[in-house]
Amino acid sequence: MGSAETLLAGDLSTQREGLDLGEVSASELVAASLDRMTARASLGAVISRDDEAAIAKAEAATQRIASGKPLSQLDGIPIVLKDNIVQAGQPATCASRILENFVSPYDAGVTERLEAAGAIIVGRANMDEYAMGSSTENSIYGPSHNPWDEARTCGGSSGGSVAAVSAGIVPLAFGSDTGGSIRQPASFCGVVGFKPTYGRVSRWGLVAYASSLDQIGPIARSVSDCALALDVVSGHDERDSTSIPGAAPNWSADLANAAAASADGDLQGVVIGLPSEYFVEDGVDPGVLACVREAIGTLEAAGATFEEISLPHTTYTIATYYLIATAEASSNLARFDGVRYGRRADHVKDLEDLYRRSRSEGFSTEVKRRILLGTYVLSAGYYDAYYVKAQRVRTLIRRDFEAAFENCDAILTPTTPEVAFPLGAKSDDPLAMYLSDVYTVSANLAGLPALSMPCGSSQGLPVGVQLLGPPLGEAAIFRIGTAYQRRSDHHLLSPPDAVGESKP
Amino acid sequence: MSRIESDDLTRMASLARLALAEDEISSMTRDLEQILGYVAALEELDTKDVPPTAHGFELATPLRPDRPATPIDPELAVANAPAHHGTAFLVPKVLEEEG
Repeated sequence: MGSAETLLAGDLSTQREGLDLGEVSASELVAASLDRMTARASLGAVISRDDEAAIAKAEAATQRIASGKPLSQLDGIPIVLKDNIVQAGQPATCASRILENFVSPYDAGVTERLEAAGAIIVGRANMDEYAMGSSTENSIYGPSHNPWDEARTCGGSSGGSVAAVSAGIVPLAFGSDTGGSIRQPASFCGVVGFKPTYGRVSRWGLVAYASSLDQIGPIARSVSDCALALDVVSGHDERDSTSIPGAAPNWSADLANAAAASADGDLQGVVIGLPSEYFVEDGVDPGVLACVREAIGTLEAAGATFEEISLPHTTYTIATYYLIATAEASSNLARFDGVRYGRRADHVKDLEDLYRRSRSEGFSTEVKRRILLGTYVLSAGYYDAYYVKAQRVRTLIRRDFEAAFENCDAILTPTTPEVAFPLGAKSDDPLAMYLSDVYTVSANLAGLPALSMPCGSSQGLPVGVQLLGPPLGEAAIFRIGTAYQRRSDHHLLSPPDAVGESKP
Repeated sequence: MSRIESDDLTRMASLARLALAEDEISSMTRDLEQILGYVAALEELDTKDVPPTAHGFELATPLRPDRPATPIDPELAVANAPAHHGTAFLVPKVLEEEG
């Protein structure tokens, strides 16, 4: 096994060091990533790739690094983007029939920033169609598989991005999180996934699902890698009216300062809340709870104190989420009508028929289901009873968190109530699939930053622990997460065959 | 909150510009019935004095300077169109010809 393959399995800081010391070139690292993508094609993680473009960009990065002028910490690093984050000249299908032949004429804000930083986009990742799903099974390309057990789901909807990091294809990927679509798959596949505060990262060029909930975030092998990635992609973008004004903090620098101030990254004085509603014995796999309790013990040993808190409206989060998300989706997806882009039905008799048939042939059943639900809750006579009601309950959920954060710096919960379920297990039961997001949707409703990181395994499958912070409270989450990863090795474990070796 | 009937579903499909087959209408009616039954739990909450939240992070509507910029090249803008003529999108005829 060559050094590029070895490095590819490591985290960003290992790769940076290898590149800067000249142990490996960006071209070699990108070639190893493309090889790995081919070797692990059965996972269904990546749905399109442009090797020629990636190799040319890697060559340019190789030159920059050799002359001692890397553009950033990400220069020469291979990454993948979820297929709903557009990239000029590349497909952006959202795993939907209706966008099967779409080639983006422009770059997303995130894509621009990553390319300006020298990151090499080696492929586009599989997802649930329009990010609607929790298992990456609802894709025209077929499902993505969990690298830990290919008969199981990798979670969703950013399943391809997460599987690519977990399987060692790339050290960093980007997904979108509307109700847990980064954190739930990160938990299922044993990697770190981060959803920033709403508005931290530009949504310009992210194909909209539910605009008031959607947020782009990184997936990586360590918490500090996620902080570094967020440094690169965050910041104001005037093309997104919900983008937070001003410059974003430098979270990597904050982590370095924290480490310098205390050799052990001590959490002395940090108070972490444990919501009693999330630790109900009958709703959670006991193996998951055991891992989460062990993580609590590790953080206590690092100096953190824990307090029981209450988030009284927890039980209403899924209902609130599905009313708001589908309402927004029904409006956002109205633009796919077969006129300006996307698939158009053949032999239509008039414009109305063109709209109806193009949409009906182009969208999957789940997308139609959500559009219909959203249309219903927005329609005359039901608007106040469903949509506005859900927005009012959203306020109650947000207030629960505001009250909780008066007494704690962060909140810790399981990311998911169970480990990765078998493929097909929930495909026929939309409500059961929706309920798998029970612990993650509240962060989207309240606009909070939230992280999932590996904390052990149950039934041989990864378990994730979630940290939630107050709005703009990324720094505390990164500090706590980094302190934890300094004391545990769960994030260093790789699935079988993760480093390019064939199975015995 | 009320029960959903297949007539409601047909009306929603029409509003959403979706053409559904008979079997889709009955299965979707069943699914939506189940989901709406689940979300009915929100009725328990008294929210009459609670303002709605519309955004993930409340911001004032931002303003930016009104300055000229280069728009997307029209050729590129129509490149994804299923049918176009020059830089115009083509659709089936909407108006009847006179005379």
